[in-house]
Amino acid sequence: MSVLKSFILILFMMIGLSGSAFAQGDAETLRPLINELAKGKYAETKSQVEAIAATGNPAATPALEALGKGALFYRKSDGDVFIAEKAGKIYKLTDPLTLEAAGEVGKRDIKKIKVNNSLRRVIRSALGSLTLMAPDPTVRIAAAEAIFKAQDPAGIEALDLALAAEVDDEVRTVMEQARAAAVLNSDLEEAEKLGAVQTLSDMGNRDALSLLSGIEASSEGAVKVAAAKGSKKIEKSIAAWDTAQNVWYGLSLGSVLLLAAIGLAITFGVMGVINMAHGEMVMIGAYVTFVVQELIRTSAPGLFEYSLFFALPLAFLTSGLIGVAIERGVIRWLYGRPLETLLATWGISLILQQTIRSIFGPTNQEVGNPDWMSGAFEIGQMTITYNRMWIIVFAMLVFAGLMLVLKKTPFGLYTRAVTQNRKMAASMGIRTPWIDAMTFGLGSGIAGIAGVALSQIDNVSPNLGQGYIIDSFMVVVFGGVGNLWGTLVGAMTLGVVNKFLEPYAGAVLAKILVLVFIILFIQKRPRGLFAQKGRAVEA
Amino acid sequence: MMTSFLFRAMDARAGIFLAILAAVTILVPMGNLLVPEGSPFHVSTYAVTLMGKYLTYALLALAVDLVWGYCGILSLGHAAFFALGGYAMGMYLMRQIGTRGVYGDPILPDFMVFLNWQELPWYWFGFDMFWFAALMVVLVPGLLAFIFGWFAFRSRVTGVYLSIITQALTYALLLAFFRNDMGFGGNNGLTDFKDILGFDVQASTTRAGLFAASAIALAVCFLICRSITRSKLGKILVAVRDAESRTRFLGYRVEHYKLFVWTISAMMAGIAGALYVPQVGIINPGEFAPANSIEVVIWVAVGGRGTLVGAVLGAVLINFSKTWFTAVLPEVWLFALGGLFVVVTLFLPKGIIGTFSDGWTALRQRKISAEAEAGSGEPPSVPPHSPSAAANVAKPVAPSKPPAPSGAEPQPAE
Repeated sequence: MSVLKSFILILFMMIGLSGSAFAQGDAETLRPLINELAKGKYAETKSQVEAIAATGNPAATPALEALGKGALFYRKSDGDVFIAEKAGKIYKLTDPLTLEAAGEVGKRDIKKIKVNNSLRRVIRSALGSLTLMAPDPTVRIAAAEAIFKAQDPAGIEALDLALAAEVDDEVRTVMEQARAAAVLNSDLEEAEKLGAVQTLSDMGNRDALSLLSGIEASSEGAVKVAAAKGSKKIEKSIAAWDTAQNVWYGLSLGSVLLLAAIGLAITFGVMGVINMAHGEMVMIGAYVTFVVQELIRTSAPGLFEYSLFFALPLAFLTSGLIGVAIERGVIRWLYGRPLETLLATWGISLILQQTIRSIFGPTNQEVGNPDWMSGAFEIGQMTITYNRMWIIVFAMLVFAGLMLVLKKTPFGLYTRAVTQNRKMAASMGIRTPWIDAMTFGLGSGIAGIAGVALSQIDNVSPNLGQGYIIDSFMVVVFGGVGNLWGTLVGAMTLGVVNKFLEPYAGAVLAKILVLVFIILFIQKRPRGLFAQKGRAVEA
Repeated sequence: MMTSFLFRAMDARAGIFLAILAAVTILVPMGNLLVPEGSPFHVSTYAVTLMGKYLTYALLALAVDLVWGYCGILSLGHAAFFALGGYAMGMYLMRQIGTRGVYGDPILPDFMVFLNWQELPWYWFGFDMFWFAALMVVLVPGLLAFIFGWFAFRSRVTGVYLSIITQALTYALLLAFFRNDMGFGGNNGLTDFKDILGFDVQASTTRAGLFAASAIALAVCFLICRSITRSKLGKILVAVRDAESRTRFLGYRVEHYKLFVWTISAMMAGIAGALYVPQVGIINPGEFAPANSIEVVIWVAVGGRGTLVGAVLGAVLINFSKTWFTAVLPEVWLFALGGLFVVVTLFLPKGIIGTFSDGWTALRQRKISAEAEAGSGEPPSVPPHSPSAAANVAKPVAPSKPPAPSGAEPQPAE
């Protein structure tokens, strides 16, 4: 397959090369044909245009375009044809083939080649066939799409010719669709039109839908029925794609929530305290990315593409260390007073915010996207941007990694033990204060790498964390503590629900509805979806 | 012996508080209206408004102290009730503008004309009457709190979960009020007020009047809070705070007690908001910001929770320093506030009043035991003092009564 593809590619390149050589070499053969345009009346001009089109040489395109616009003149002295543009009292001449300037002349020295409406139509289809034959496939596609939009029946003939010569499947499809659009607008017989309707229904996008519904309204008989059927089919497929797109947006929002909330869930699970400074850990991670990129820009610009890979471990370490410091410095003194911990960490978050604001200023910092993070591609009717896709992948990796740490390492074992029953774990010889500090560091570190990811899709400012903190709480409250799956399910559910509500309710109202939903949900399951069972919970 | 002493001390504290409040209520407006401008005792209208604002904050803090200090419900959403009360008052003030608005529409507020609305939404009806608006100031926050509390307390949402949910509540309201189609002025909120009950809101007499009204509202709510907390009901609240499950097992319907005090507290917050709005001249969705609610909690924590007086003290103290800092050292304010959160929770868990009265009690105790040792045999009689107003209201404890309200040392269970 790929061999075939590359072969075709080579073939194209050869055609392209020979095409351009042809343009250069045969300028002499084209030139007389163009000069012919100066002679005779409309009828002659028509056959001259057709003769030019018959060469299939794209180099003639500018001359024909100028002719259509009435900008093609001939010089009275020698009968040579030029594109002329009025500049004050004189005319500037341009060679229609080489497009080089060819001097200036007075008004009396040249004469316009006249065109009428029927001639313009001939020129348009000649142009269409020239561009449809162009060596560059993108030009051919653009030409076909232009015909599709204009639904110009005059293009049918040119399209038929081009289709006969076309080897690229992709271009072919576009041309067929253009032809179908043109056919439906022509007065060809019904069988042709039915075929065209079929082609358009297979196309299945919004353009085809609007075309078909137009046809449905204007035509009658079998075509009307077929068009109605076709548009219904397209509507259905578009609805399906829309759903898929919404799910995708939802998952992407969900993974952002997951990244922001997962660290919070661990510390809340183990220590029973809500870390209000968690959002600031995310913010610090984003600022680490910014600093790393600045350093790379000034010292090693070649490494910019990999800046995120340097930023990840650094963000983890920075946020993690700050987390450990907070735990050792403040939180451990508040053991057993969760509400006061909440207040103290809120105070810490204010301090961290103001620190960052003092160092970097209150404005947004610009964090660049590496090339592999920017751009988008399409699947069917869905657009998928690379940055969202990588964030989903990244969130899943973080989740899997964390799962591994918790399930397969001694540290994870101790952590789970402390989560389930602190006193019992302590009696078994686990150093719970140490576990507390490490867990807090781990949770904060993960917030830091979440910040690296979020720096790619959000503004990096001192308020970055604030925007996520309430949403992260909601995820944790909804998913329940002590179980990472709860966080995953919680984040994804909230993300998807949010995105599905948005089209009906608008972004803000959707968010409000989700909050109300969670408030009600908590009534039913006060400890979240995946609550821990056992006596230890009801202390 | 000891307990009765403590009781009187508490009364004295309330009495002192009310006396100071009464003095301020009289002196500040007098200083503004009667003392000539040049005099050192003149109080500028700006200062009157500022202090009036502090008093409404103090009332809000009082409301938070009632639920947090005495019932262990840490509300991170009390600013929502405050703002709702403020919006109710703001709507009344908007309707009073009449044809003096920019667009001169006799019925519709400016922002509605601007949005091309043709008629007043139904929920704006009635707000042209003061009594109706005043009723809504209490009813709307009360009703919201009742519904919210009904659900939350019945399903035993407690501790950190409850705090987060209250925060979500105010956040949701914040988002909602930002929307233009809610009909509350969107981002800009309600402002450009002209008069209240026929008096110009800008006039210094009106300002002084509003100041006095705030002080009186604070005093009345203080007395209500005290009579609640010193009644048997108050004891049960403290029991709920310290050991909710045990209280439930003793046969009390814990959720009813919580719901009652929660709703009362929300209503007080609403009143505070209603008094706040005409003084600052604007109400916008920013008042719903979760950060505001958390700040209220720190006022209470600094002053000392479960003391009522402490909440007022903390609110005034912190807001005064905020005014001062943001004018002189704006950079430092967030550091100071953040540091305050940490320092108070770490080193001053009982707040100023709590720590102070602990020290006082310890001192008295030492003195008593010293005297006992000296062999007087007779414990010193407590200095007599005039029964304060508060003592009269906060009565219903049998004179023999046992333990003092443990309000002085709040340690939320859990």
